[in-house]
Amino acid sequence: MRAYTPKDNVQKKPYYTDRYWVAPQVAKHEVSSDAVFARDLEAISAKFTVLEAYIQVDQMVVIINAEDNFGVIELMKNSLEYNQLSELSAIDWLAAEGKFEIFYQMLSMSKRKRVRIKCKIDEKESIQSVEKLFRSADWSEREMYDMFGIVINNHPFMKRILMPDDWEGFPLRKTYPLQGDEFASWYEVDKIFGKEAREIIGPENRDPARVDRYDTERFARLGHEVPRGADISQGEPDTPLVYQESEGVFLIEKFDAEKSVVISDRDR
Amino acid sequence: MAQHQVNYLKDGGLPVALTTIDKVVNWGRSNSLWALTYGLACCGIEMMASGASRYDFDRFGTIFRASPRQAELMVVAGTLTKKHAEFIRRLYDQMTEPKWVISMGSCANTGGMFNTYATVQGVDRVIPVDLYLPGCAPRPETLQYGVMLLQQKIRRESASRAQKPKRLM
Repeated sequence: MRAYTPKDNVQKKPYYTDRYWVAPQVAKHEVSSDAVFARDLEAISAKFTVLEAYIQVDQMVVIINAEDNFGVIELMKNSLEYNQLSELSAIDWLAAEGKFEIFYQMLSMSKRKRVRIKCKIDEKESIQSVEKLFRSADWSEREMYDMFGIVINNHPFMKRILMPDDWEGFPLRKTYPLQGDEFASWYEVDKIFGKEAREIIGPENRDPARVDRYDTERFARLGHEVPRGADISQGEPDTPLVYQESEGVFLIEKFDAEKSVVISDRDR
Repeated sequence: MAQHQVNYLKDGGLPVALTTIDKVVNWGRSNSLWALTYGLACCGIEMMASGASRYDFDRFGTIFRASPRQAELMVVAGTLTKKHAEFIRRLYDQMTEPKWVISMGSCANTGGMFNTYATVQGVDRVIPVDLYLPGCAPRPETLQYGVMLLQQKIRRESASRAQKPKRLM
Protein backbone atom coordinates (compact mmCIF):
# COMPACT_ATOMS: atom_id res chain seq x y z
CA MET A 1 0.00 0.00 0.00
CA ARG A 2 1.09 3.54 -0.62
CA ALA A 3 2.53 5.38 2.37
CA TYR A 4 0.32 7.92 4.07
CA THR A 5 0.88 11.54 3.07
CA PRO A 6 -0.72 14.32 5.08
CA LYS A 7 -3.44 16.07 3.09
CA ASP A 8 -3.97 19.14 5.27
CA ASN A 9 -1.18 21.15 3.71
CA VAL A 10 -0.42 19.82 0.30
CA GLN A 11 1.74 22.83 -0.55
CA LYS A 12 4.25 21.89 2.12
CA LYS A 13 7.01 19.77 0.77
CA PRO A 14 6.93 16.39 2.42
CA TYR A 15 10.13 15.36 4.14
CA TYR A 16 9.83 11.91 2.62
CA THR A 17 9.04 11.11 -0.97
CA ASP A 18 8.39 7.57 -2.00
CA ARG A 19 10.67 7.80 -4.98
CA TYR A 20 10.58 4.10 -5.70
CA TRP A 21 6.83 3.76 -5.67
CA VAL A 22 5.44 3.09 -9.10
CA ALA A 23 1.76 3.37 -9.85
CA PRO A 24 0.48 -0.08 -10.80
CA GLN A 25 -0.27 -0.35 -14.50
CA VAL A 26 -2.47 -2.81 -16.25
CA ALA A 27 -0.21 -4.94 -18.42
CA LYS A 28 0.02 -3.93 -22.07
CA HIS A 29 0.54 -6.55 -24.76
CA GLU A 30 1.69 -6.37 -28.34
CA VAL A 31 -1.10 -6.10 -30.89
CA SER A 32 0.54 -8.93 -32.88
CA SER A 33 -0.43 -11.33 -30.07
CA ASP A 34 -4.03 -11.28 -31.34
CA ALA A 35 -4.63 -12.11 -34.98
CA VAL A 36 -8.00 -10.29 -35.28
CA PHE A 37 -6.66 -7.11 -33.73
CA ALA A 38 -3.47 -7.29 -35.80
CA ARG A 39 -5.50 -7.31 -39.02
CA ASP A 40 -7.66 -4.43 -37.80
CA LEU A 41 -4.66 -2.36 -36.84
CA GLU A 42 -3.08 -3.04 -40.22
CA ALA A 43 -6.18 -1.74 -41.95
CA ILE A 44 -6.21 1.42 -39.81
CA SER A 45 -2.51 2.15 -40.15
CA ALA A 46 -2.66 1.70 -43.93
CA LYS A 47 -4.82 4.83 -44.17
CA PHE A 48 -4.14 6.84 -41.01
CA THR A 49 -1.29 7.66 -38.67
CA VAL A 50 -1.32 5.43 -35.61
CA LEU A 51 0.68 6.99 -32.78
CA GLU A 52 0.51 4.00 -30.48
CA ALA A 53 -1.37 0.71 -30.25
CA TYR A 54 -1.47 -2.03 -27.65
CA ILE A 55 -3.78 -4.60 -26.10
CA GLN A 56 -4.96 -4.03 -22.55
CA VAL A 57 -7.44 -6.33 -20.77
CA ASP A 58 -8.28 -8.03 -24.08
CA GLN A 59 -9.13 -4.72 -25.71
CA MET A 60 -7.10 -2.99 -28.38
CA VAL A 61 -6.26 0.64 -27.67
CA VAL A 62 -5.37 2.72 -30.72
CA ILE A 63 -4.08 6.26 -30.28
CA ILE A 64 -4.55 8.44 -33.33
CA ASN A 65 -4.36 12.09 -34.31
CA ALA A 66 -7.47 14.07 -33.37
CA GLU A 67 -8.15 15.21 -36.94
CA ASP A 68 -8.45 11.58 -38.11
CA ASN A 69 -11.21 10.66 -35.66
CA PHE A 70 -14.08 10.71 -38.16
CA GLY A 71 -12.10 8.80 -40.79
CA VAL A 72 -10.92 6.10 -38.41
CA ILE A 73 -14.37 5.50 -36.94
CA GLU A 74 -15.90 5.46 -40.42
CA LEU A 75 -13.36 2.83 -41.45
CA MET A 76 -14.02 0.83 -38.27
CA LYS A 77 -17.75 0.90 -38.90
CA ASN A 78 -17.88 0.26 -42.63
CA SER A 79 -14.92 -2.03 -43.25
CA LEU A 80 -13.97 -3.60 -39.93
CA GLU A 81 -17.44 -4.54 -38.63
CA TYR A 82 -17.27 -2.48 -35.46
CA ASN A 83 -20.97 -1.74 -35.50
CA GLN A 84 -21.52 -0.17 -32.09
CA LEU A 85 -20.16 2.94 -30.42
CA SER A 86 -20.86 2.08 -26.82
CA GLU A 87 -19.16 4.96 -25.06
CA LEU A 88 -17.61 8.31 -25.86
CA SER A 89 -16.24 10.87 -23.47
CA ALA A 90 -13.21 12.87 -22.48
CA ILE A 91 -10.64 12.93 -19.70
CA ASP A 92 -9.27 16.16 -18.32
CA TRP A 93 -5.45 16.17 -18.50
CA LEU A 94 -5.26 19.99 -18.58
CA ALA A 95 -3.16 20.27 -15.44
CA ALA A 96 -0.66 17.61 -16.47
CA GLU A 97 -0.23 18.31 -20.18
CA GLY A 98 -2.76 20.98 -21.18
CA LYS A 99 -4.84 18.55 -23.21
CA PHE A 100 -8.11 16.65 -23.21
CA GLU A 101 -8.07 12.97 -24.01
CA ILE A 102 -11.09 11.83 -25.99
CA PHE A 103 -11.92 8.16 -26.24
CA TYR A 104 -14.35 6.21 -28.40
CA GLN A 105 -15.25 2.76 -27.12
CA MET A 106 -16.33 0.48 -29.96
CA LEU A 107 -17.77 -3.01 -30.08
CA SER A 108 -17.95 -5.52 -32.89
CA MET A 109 -20.83 -7.93 -32.39
CA SER A 110 -19.64 -10.26 -35.15
CA LYS A 111 -16.00 -10.40 -34.06
CA ARG A 112 -16.84 -10.18 -30.34
CA LYS A 113 -14.05 -7.65 -29.86
CA ARG A 114 -13.81 -4.24 -28.28
CA VAL A 115 -11.53 -1.44 -29.44
CA ARG A 116 -10.84 1.91 -27.83
CA ILE A 117 -9.84 4.81 -30.11
CA LYS A 118 -8.08 7.62 -28.28
CA CYS A 119 -6.93 11.05 -29.33
CA LYS A 120 -5.81 14.24 -27.62
CA ILE A 121 -6.81 17.82 -28.26
CA ASP A 122 -5.80 21.16 -26.78
CA GLU A 123 -8.14 23.10 -24.53
CA LYS A 124 -9.23 25.52 -27.26
CA GLU A 125 -9.33 22.96 -30.05
CA SER A 126 -12.54 21.45 -31.35
CA ILE A 127 -13.21 17.98 -32.70
CA GLN A 128 -15.25 16.53 -35.52
CA SER A 129 -18.62 15.01 -34.65
CA VAL A 130 -19.18 11.31 -35.32
CA GLU A 131 -22.93 11.66 -34.96
CA LYS A 132 -23.33 11.01 -38.72
CA LEU A 133 -21.92 7.51 -38.16
CA PHE A 134 -23.43 6.60 -34.80
CA ARG A 135 -26.56 8.19 -33.39
CA SER A 136 -25.36 7.26 -29.91
CA ALA A 137 -22.69 9.91 -30.28
CA ASP A 138 -25.34 12.65 -30.31
CA TRP A 139 -25.98 12.85 -26.58
CA SER A 140 -22.48 11.72 -25.62
CA GLU A 141 -20.96 14.60 -27.53
CA ARG A 142 -23.43 17.03 -26.03
CA GLU A 143 -22.50 15.75 -22.59
CA MET A 144 -18.83 16.12 -23.45
CA TYR A 145 -19.49 19.73 -24.38
CA ASP A 146 -21.60 20.28 -21.28
CA MET A 147 -19.15 18.79 -18.83
CA PHE A 148 -15.78 19.69 -20.37
CA GLY A 149 -16.46 22.57 -22.75
CA ILE A 150 -15.11 20.70 -25.75
CA VAL A 151 -16.71 22.18 -28.85
CA ILE A 152 -17.86 19.62 -31.43
CA ASN A 153 -17.88 20.56 -35.11
CA ASN A 154 -20.83 19.60 -37.35
CA HIS A 155 -22.97 18.46 -34.47
CA PRO A 156 -26.70 18.85 -35.29
CA PHE A 157 -27.73 20.28 -31.91
CA MET A 158 -24.78 21.61 -29.95
CA LYS A 159 -26.41 22.51 -26.66
CA ARG A 160 -25.92 21.65 -23.02
CA ILE A 161 -27.62 18.40 -22.07
CA LEU A 162 -27.48 18.14 -18.27
CA MET A 163 -26.85 21.60 -16.89
CA PRO A 164 -29.20 24.52 -17.57
CA ASP A 165 -28.57 26.46 -20.78
CA ASP A 166 -27.47 29.59 -18.94
CA TRP A 167 -24.96 27.76 -16.77
CA GLU A 168 -21.42 29.06 -16.59
CA GLY A 169 -18.47 26.73 -16.25
CA PHE A 170 -17.85 23.10 -17.07
CA PRO A 171 -18.37 20.91 -14.02
CA LEU A 172 -16.27 17.87 -14.88
CA ARG A 173 -13.06 19.81 -15.38
CA LYS A 174 -10.56 19.22 -12.60
CA THR A 175 -10.41 22.95 -11.92
CA TYR A 176 -14.15 23.14 -11.20
CA PRO A 177 -14.84 23.00 -7.44
CA LEU A 178 -17.12 20.17 -6.35
CA GLN A 179 -19.37 22.47 -4.34
CA GLY A 180 -19.60 24.96 -7.16
CA ASP A 181 -18.08 28.33 -7.89
CA GLU A 182 -19.54 31.76 -7.13
CA PHE A 183 -21.95 31.52 -10.07
CA ALA A 184 -23.21 28.08 -9.09
CA SER A 185 -23.75 28.89 -5.44
CA TRP A 186 -26.09 31.79 -6.24
CA TYR A 187 -27.63 30.33 -9.39
CA GLU A 188 -31.17 29.66 -8.15
CA VAL A 189 -31.33 32.86 -6.08
CA ASP A 190 -30.15 35.04 -8.97
CA LYS A 191 -32.48 33.38 -11.42
CA ILE A 192 -35.66 33.40 -9.33
CA PHE A 193 -35.37 36.43 -7.07
CA GLY A 194 -32.62 38.48 -8.64
CA LYS A 195 -29.20 39.46 -7.34
CA GLU A 196 -30.63 41.88 -4.78
CA ALA A 197 -32.16 38.94 -2.87
CA ARG A 198 -28.74 37.50 -2.09
CA GLU A 199 -28.49 39.42 1.16
CA ILE A 200 -31.91 38.31 2.35
CA ILE A 201 -31.48 34.65 1.55
CA GLY A 202 -27.85 34.40 2.53
CA PRO A 203 -25.12 32.02 1.43
CA GLU A 204 -25.59 28.28 1.16
CA ASN A 205 -24.90 26.19 4.20
CA ARG A 206 -22.34 23.71 2.99
CA ASP A 207 -21.80 21.95 6.29
CA PRO A 208 -24.21 19.03 6.16
CA ALA A 209 -23.67 18.20 9.85
CA ARG A 210 -24.46 21.70 11.12
CA VAL A 211 -27.12 21.58 13.81
CA ASP A 212 -27.65 24.63 15.97
CA ARG A 213 -29.36 23.36 19.09
CA TYR A 214 -30.68 26.79 20.09
CA ASP A 215 -31.83 27.89 16.63
CA THR A 216 -35.58 27.36 16.73
CA GLU A 217 -36.07 29.05 13.38
CA ARG A 218 -34.61 26.15 11.47
CA PHE A 219 -34.18 23.24 13.85
CA ALA A 220 -36.54 21.29 16.04
CA ARG A 221 -35.86 18.19 18.04
CA LEU A 222 -38.52 15.53 17.85
CA GLY A 223 -40.36 15.39 21.16
CA HIS A 224 -39.18 18.88 22.06
CA GLU A 225 -41.06 20.97 19.55
CA VAL A 226 -41.49 24.61 20.52
CA PRO A 227 -42.98 27.50 18.55
CA ARG A 228 -40.69 28.90 15.90
CA GLY A 229 -38.45 31.59 17.20
CA ALA A 230 -38.88 30.63 20.86
CA ASP A 231 -35.89 31.15 23.14
CA ILE A 232 -34.77 27.75 24.41
CA SER A 233 -31.38 28.70 25.76
CA GLN A 234 -32.71 27.88 29.25
CA GLY A 235 -33.94 24.46 28.14
CA GLU A 236 -37.15 23.47 26.44
CA PRO A 237 -40.19 21.62 27.83
CA ASP A 238 -40.97 18.05 26.91
CA THR A 239 -43.72 17.81 24.34
CA PRO A 240 -45.55 14.49 24.56
CA LEU A 241 -46.41 12.84 21.27
CA VAL A 242 -49.99 13.73 20.39
CA TYR A 243 -51.82 12.90 17.22
CA GLN A 244 -54.79 15.20 17.70
CA GLU A 245 -55.56 18.20 19.85
CA SER A 246 -56.38 17.10 23.39
CA GLU A 247 -59.83 18.67 23.51
CA GLY A 248 -60.74 16.99 20.26
CA VAL A 249 -61.42 18.33 16.81
CA PHE A 250 -64.68 19.67 15.45
CA LEU A 251 -66.81 16.87 13.99
CA ILE A 252 -64.04 14.31 14.41
CA GLU A 253 -64.43 11.72 17.11
CA LYS A 254 -61.48 10.21 18.85
CA PHE A 255 -61.13 6.51 18.59
CA ASP A 256 -62.10 4.90 21.90
CA ALA A 257 -60.73 1.40 22.37
CA GLU A 258 -63.27 0.73 25.14
CA LYS A 259 -66.25 1.25 22.87
CA SER A 260 -64.84 -0.64 19.93
CA VAL A 261 -66.09 -4.09 19.03
CA VAL A 262 -63.63 -6.80 18.17
CA ILE A 263 -65.05 -9.25 15.70
CA SER A 264 -64.05 -12.69 16.89
CA ASP A 265 -66.32 -14.60 14.56
CA ARG A 266 -64.74 -13.94 11.19
CA ASP A 267 -67.29 -16.00 9.27
CA ARG A 268 -70.10 -13.75 10.37
CA MET B 1 -99.54 24.61 22.73
CA ALA B 2 -96.07 23.21 22.97
CA GLN B 3 -94.68 22.94 26.43
CA HIS B 4 -91.05 22.88 25.34
CA GLN B 5 -88.56 25.30 26.65
CA VAL B 6 -85.79 25.87 24.12
CA ASN B 7 -82.34 26.20 25.66
CA TYR B 8 -80.46 28.18 23.07
CA LEU B 9 -77.04 27.30 24.52
CA LYS B 10 -77.59 23.55 24.20
CA ASP B 11 -78.71 21.67 21.17
CA GLY B 12 -81.54 20.07 23.16
CA GLY B 13 -81.74 17.15 20.78
CA LEU B 14 -82.15 19.40 17.77
CA PRO B 15 -79.83 18.72 14.81
CA VAL B 16 -77.85 21.89 15.50
CA ALA B 17 -74.16 22.31 16.22
CA LEU B 18 -72.78 25.62 17.38
CA THR B 19 -69.30 26.51 16.33
CA THR B 20 -67.21 29.31 14.88
CA ILE B 21 -66.46 30.10 11.28
CA ASP B 22 -62.76 29.58 11.98
CA LYS B 23 -63.36 26.06 13.21
CA VAL B 24 -65.58 25.07 10.32
CA VAL B 25 -63.28 26.49 7.68
CA ASN B 26 -60.19 25.03 9.26
CA TRP B 27 -61.93 21.71 9.68
CA GLY B 28 -62.59 21.73 5.97
CA ARG B 29 -59.14 22.86 5.03
CA SER B 30 -57.28 20.47 7.28
CA ASN B 31 -59.30 17.47 6.15
CA SER B 32 -59.11 18.07 2.44
CA LEU B 33 -55.44 18.78 1.91
CA TRP B 34 -55.04 18.14 -1.77
CA ALA B 35 -51.39 17.57 -2.46
CA LEU B 36 -49.49 18.25 -5.64
CA THR B 37 -47.96 15.16 -7.23
CA TYR B 38 -44.38 16.16 -6.78
CA GLY B 39 -42.02 13.24 -6.48
CA LEU B 40 -38.54 14.40 -7.44
CA ALA B 41 -36.48 11.39 -6.41
CA CYS B 42 -36.61 8.30 -4.21
CA CYS B 43 -38.73 10.09 -1.57
CA GLY B 44 -41.39 10.17 -4.25
CA ILE B 45 -41.63 6.39 -3.98
CA GLU B 46 -42.37 6.70 -0.26
CA MET B 47 -44.89 9.43 -1.02
CA MET B 48 -46.61 7.14 -3.54
CA ALA B 49 -46.64 4.37 -0.94
CA SER B 50 -48.30 6.76 1.51
CA GLY B 51 -50.98 7.44 -1.04
CA ALA B 52 -51.53 3.79 -1.94
CA SER B 53 -53.76 1.27 -0.26
CA ARG B 54 -51.60 0.12 2.65
CA TYR B 55 -51.11 3.58 4.17
CA ASP B 56 -54.00 5.24 2.34
CA PHE B 57 -53.76 9.01 2.42
CA ASP B 58 -57.37 9.29 1.28
CA ARG B 59 -58.39 8.68 4.90
CA PHE B 60 -56.93 12.10 5.72
CA GLY B 61 -58.55 13.69 2.74
CA THR B 62 -55.12 14.05 1.16
CA ILE B 63 -55.66 13.34 -2.49
CA PHE B 64 -52.85 13.83 -4.97
CA ARG B 65 -53.63 16.20 -7.77
CA ALA B 66 -51.68 16.55 -10.98
CA SER B 67 -52.30 20.28 -11.33
CA PRO B 68 -50.95 23.01 -9.04
CA ARG B 69 -54.19 24.93 -9.46
CA GLN B 70 -56.12 22.17 -7.71
CA ALA B 71 -53.53 21.63 -4.99
CA GLU B 72 -52.88 23.41 -1.72
CA LEU B 73 -50.14 21.21 -0.32
CA MET B 74 -46.79 20.69 -1.96
CA VAL B 75 -44.82 17.73 -0.65
CA VAL B 76 -41.32 18.30 -2.02
CA ALA B 77 -40.26 14.67 -2.14
CA GLY B 78 -36.70 14.41 -3.30
CA THR B 79 -33.59 16.20 -4.48
CA LEU B 80 -34.13 19.64 -5.92
CA THR B 81 -31.54 20.42 -8.56
CA LYS B 82 -30.56 23.96 -9.45
CA LYS B 83 -31.87 23.41 -12.95
CA HIS B 84 -35.29 22.57 -11.54
CA ALA B 85 -35.40 25.35 -8.91
CA GLU B 86 -37.16 27.90 -11.12
CA PHE B 87 -39.88 25.39 -11.98
CA ILE B 88 -40.64 24.51 -8.37
CA ARG B 89 -41.01 28.22 -7.68
CA ARG B 90 -43.30 28.63 -10.67
CA LEU B 91 -45.48 25.70 -9.58
CA TYR B 92 -45.61 27.04 -6.04
CA ASP B 93 -46.74 30.42 -7.34
CA GLN B 94 -49.48 28.73 -9.37
CA MET B 95 -50.98 26.99 -6.34
CA THR B 96 -54.08 28.61 -4.89
CA GLU B 97 -53.96 30.32 -1.51
CA PRO B 98 -53.89 29.18 1.21
CA LYS B 99 -51.01 26.80 0.51
CA TRP B 100 -48.56 24.79 2.54
CA VAL B 101 -45.27 23.06 1.82
CA ILE B 102 -43.82 19.94 3.39
CA SER B 103 -40.13 19.42 2.73
CA MET B 104 -39.72 15.65 2.73
CA GLY B 105 -36.37 14.01 3.35
CA SER B 106 -32.80 15.13 3.81
CA CYS B 107 -32.28 16.28 0.22
CA ALA B 108 -35.22 18.64 0.29
CA ASN B 109 -34.34 19.85 3.79
CA THR B 110 -30.67 20.64 3.35
CA GLY B 111 -29.41 19.15 0.11
CA GLY B 112 -28.56 16.02 2.08
CA MET B 113 -25.80 13.86 0.72
CA PHE B 114 -25.66 15.91 -2.48
CA ASN B 115 -23.25 18.52 -1.26
CA THR B 116 -22.46 19.44 -4.86
CA TYR B 117 -22.63 22.27 -7.35
CA ALA B 118 -25.87 21.09 -8.94
CA THR B 119 -28.15 20.68 -5.91
CA VAL B 120 -30.14 23.37 -4.11
CA GLN B 121 -29.06 23.21 -0.48
CA GLY B 122 -32.56 23.05 0.95
CA VAL B 123 -35.82 23.98 -0.77
CA ASP B 124 -36.30 26.78 1.77
CA ARG B 125 -33.89 28.78 -0.37
CA VAL B 126 -36.59 28.90 -3.02
CA ILE B 127 -40.01 28.43 -1.41
CA PRO B 128 -41.23 28.90 2.20
CA VAL B 129 -41.53 25.59 4.04
CA ASP B 130 -44.04 24.75 6.80
CA LEU B 131 -42.76 21.37 7.87
CA TYR B 132 -39.44 19.59 7.54
CA LEU B 133 -39.50 15.81 7.63
CA PRO B 134 -36.21 14.15 8.52
CA GLY B 135 -35.17 10.86 6.99
CA CYS B 136 -33.55 9.41 3.93
CA ALA B 137 -36.08 8.51 2.79
CA PRO B 138 -38.75 9.08 5.46
CA ARG B 139 -41.08 6.10 5.79
CA PRO B 140 -44.75 6.57 4.89
CA GLU B 141 -45.55 6.70 8.61
CA THR B 142 -43.34 9.77 8.92
CA LEU B 143 -45.16 11.48 6.08
CA GLN B 144 -48.49 10.58 7.63
CA TYR B 145 -47.37 12.01 10.95
CA GLY B 146 -46.14 15.09 9.12
CA VAL B 147 -49.48 15.60 7.42
CA MET B 148 -51.23 15.22 10.77
CA LEU B 149 -48.92 17.82 12.31
CA LEU B 150 -49.69 20.10 9.40
CA GLN B 151 -53.40 19.57 9.99
CA GLN B 152 -52.89 20.65 13.59
CA LYS B 153 -51.05 23.69 12.39
CA ILE B 154 -53.85 24.59 10.00
CA ARG B 155 -56.45 24.24 12.77
CA ARG B 156 -54.45 26.61 14.95
CA GLU B 157 -54.43 29.29 12.30
CA SER B 158 -57.13 31.87 11.87
CA ALA B 159 -59.20 31.13 8.80
CA SER B 160 -60.89 34.45 8.31
CA ARG B 161 -57.86 36.56 7.54
CA ALA B 162 -55.57 36.14 4.62
CA GLN B 163 -52.52 34.07 5.39
CA LYS B 164 -49.65 35.92 6.87
CA PRO B 165 -46.81 36.24 4.40
CA LYS B 166 -44.30 33.53 5.20
CA ARG B 167 -40.63 34.13 5.62
CA LEU B 168 -38.74 32.69 2.70
CA MET B 169 -36.24 31.02 5.01
